[in-house]
Amino acid sequence: MSFLGSSLGSSSGTASPGFWPSHFQCSEDLLKPTLEDMQRNKELFMASVRNEMALLNAQQLINKCNEKCFQKCVTKPGTSLSGSEETCLSRCIDRYLEAFNIVSRSYTDRLKERQERP
Amino acid sequence: MAESVPNFNQFDDATKKELSAFVENEQAQQRLNSSIHTFTDMCWDKCVTGLPSTSFSRSETSCLSNCVNRFLDSSLFLVKKIEDQREAAARS
Repeated sequence: MSFLGSSLGSSSGTASPGFWPSHFQCSEDLLKPTLEDMQRNKELFMASVRNEMALLNAQQLINKCNEKCFQKCVTKPGTSLSGSEETCLSRCIDRYLEAFNIVSRSYTDRLKERQERP
Repeated sequence: MAESVPNFNQFDDATKKELSAFVENEQAQQRLNSSIHTFTDMCWDKCVTGLPSTSFSRSETSCLSNCVNRFLDSSLFLVKKIEDQREAAARS
């Protein structure tokens, strides 16, 4: 709160007495963000959008991967995961990510190809 | 992370425009990613039939890549067929 106090010091003389405490009269230029604030906020905004997208993507991948690998590796659920089930899950996760990358490459290659000569 | 997301309305018009374009671009990227998730799901079921091993075989790798391309071909084929049928119906 200290920055509020200091920047309001100059305007406190013009504040009209009334219901609000005098320091409550926020001047326009105090509310208006500076250019640096704006730039910083813009970057914050973009980062939060990027972050949200990445989170969504990771969640989707983890959910699918779990679904597929559980289906493949844990065919008869016992009282706990067996060693072989864990080995299978571990390999399966690596393979699913690899499959995702292969698919991603094939798809983007195809899109690029179409863009170059439609 | 603790910092809150800046309110979109505080930006001036030029910045709003720039940010809108940015968000649109991110959304397009997101749609692309969604398709990749769908294709991976589908092609995993088709191509990875055995228990997963420490690496993909050549045939699995090429199956995955073919799977994406043939799915897209199927999609184009389907659209073309429907178009042809509509054209034929319009002519008769």
